[in-house]
Amino acid sequence: MSNYPADLKYTKDHEWAKQAGGVVVVGVTFHAQDALGAVVYVELPKVGAQVKAGQSFGVIESTKAVSELFAPVSGKVVKVNDALVDAPGSVNDDPYASWMIEIEPSAAEFSALLDQPTYVKLLESAK
Amino acid sequence: MARQTPLNAAHRKLGGRMVDFAGWDMPVQYAGLEKEHQAVRTHAGLFDVSHMGEIEFRGPGALEEANRLITNDLARAADGQAIYAGLLDERGTFVDDVVAYRFNPEHIFICVNASNREKDFAWMTKNAVKVKPVDRSDSYAQIAIQGPKAFGIVQRLAAKPLDGVGTYRFTTGAVAGVECIIARTGYTGEDGFELYCAPAEAERLWFALLEQGKGDGVAPAGLGARDSLRTEMKYALYGNDIDDAHTPLEANLGWIVKLDKPDFIGKAALVAQKAAGVPRKLVGFELTEPGIPRSHYPIWKDGQKVGEVTSGTMGPSIHKAVGIGYVPPSLAAEGATFEVEIRGRKVGAKVVKTPFYHRP
Repeated sequence: MSNYPADLKYTKDHEWAKQAGGVVVVGVTFHAQDALGAVVYVELPKVGAQVKAGQSFGVIESTKAVSELFAPVSGKVVKVNDALVDAPGSVNDDPYASWMIEIEPSAAEFSALLDQPTYVKLLESAK
Repeated sequence: MARQTPLNAAHRKLGGRMVDFAGWDMPVQYAGLEKEHQAVRTHAGLFDVSHMGEIEFRGPGALEEANRLITNDLARAADGQAIYAGLLDERGTFVDDVVAYRFNPEHIFICVNASNREKDFAWMTKNAVKVKPVDRSDSYAQIAIQGPKAFGIVQRLAAKPLDGVGTYRFTTGAVAGVECIIARTGYTGEDGFELYCAPAEAERLWFALLEQGKGDGVAPAGLGARDSLRTEMKYALYGNDIDDAHTPLEANLGWIVKLDKPDFIGKAALVAQKAAGVPRKLVGFELTEPGIPRSHYPIWKDGQKVGEVTSGTMGPSIHKAVGIGYVPPSLAAEGATFEVEIRGRKVGAKVVKTPFYHRP
């Protein structure tokens, strides 16, 4: 299923996570952007902020609703994709290129995230 | 179990994403809110509004009876004219906002909000003196077709010419062979019609309009687009912008209140409020810094909480974050500035002229 790349990990809150050189890159899944509709506003934390797995690190808004973004792992935010603030619609165009933050993890939580088949199964069971 | 309109199967067939709205199972969107919003602004959109209620007054004295319940004046309307009005309690605050259709002085038809149908009917029944209202909601489905192409689509299907049916006028007749009340009304800021028909015929009418409008780019549109379209026009939504804590004068709807007509429920309170001055006013504003206002966000001025946002969105046709909210009269003039609190952060806003959207 190309909408959900096999090399990513996922959360039940519809974020994706990727390990890259010691940091965890985070974005929202195809399903998340599809459920939201046109993304018109993104609010992200500042570099240096501490985030906790399962807790809100930012906000994503569509025309009709506000949704929270949840951190897949705990740690320190080391990079923020500020380009999304000016072009939030890119989350709809390519959710996997539209990363939001990079986290320097403080705990070994990454391996416990959902793998692609498990996430896809979760989506199908929710239908 | 949520109530279903006669078009429920049609929504599912068209891929509608169904949600619970005021106890009804309704489509929030089909292809996507923005696409549907744009279809209405540039072509045409089809909305199922069958969940709305219809209450009738019939017989000698019907006009006087209905007129005693609403703020606008049916005596000043012509037969075949509809008027927007408030249904108020004695305090002058909204029981509901309604559209009243004058067929003739002995036949008044009132369209009410779905969420208020039972409450309105009970209120009207309790307060009616001679002519008792009849709840006809289960006898009508309602389809709104809105957008610059709406007139042509309906006209091609109609058994009679409709160019004489001006804005807020209505007639009766067949559309696609379905007997309808054909009203030139709507809630989007676009030209179009609201068609009332028998529930058993609603699906036939719905698909006939879709088929006839194919070449015109007609699209089914859900509650999401209905809300963004009405917000761009600053049309009030009951439960958001108006409710039983606010009067029409506070809501800047003085134009639907006719204080010079014979008595109506709430009139004395409005006369008194007009003399004393309103404590707050409903304004339209845009944000001057990044963010999107949403209902219930606090409004601040000089370190004081002075009001609350009642509706807000990023307007798909205006590409601006706009909102509607109550502020003190001193902050109600165009150009007045205040802050909207968004997740603990105060964001600049300024009052602007409304509607936010103007047809090209």
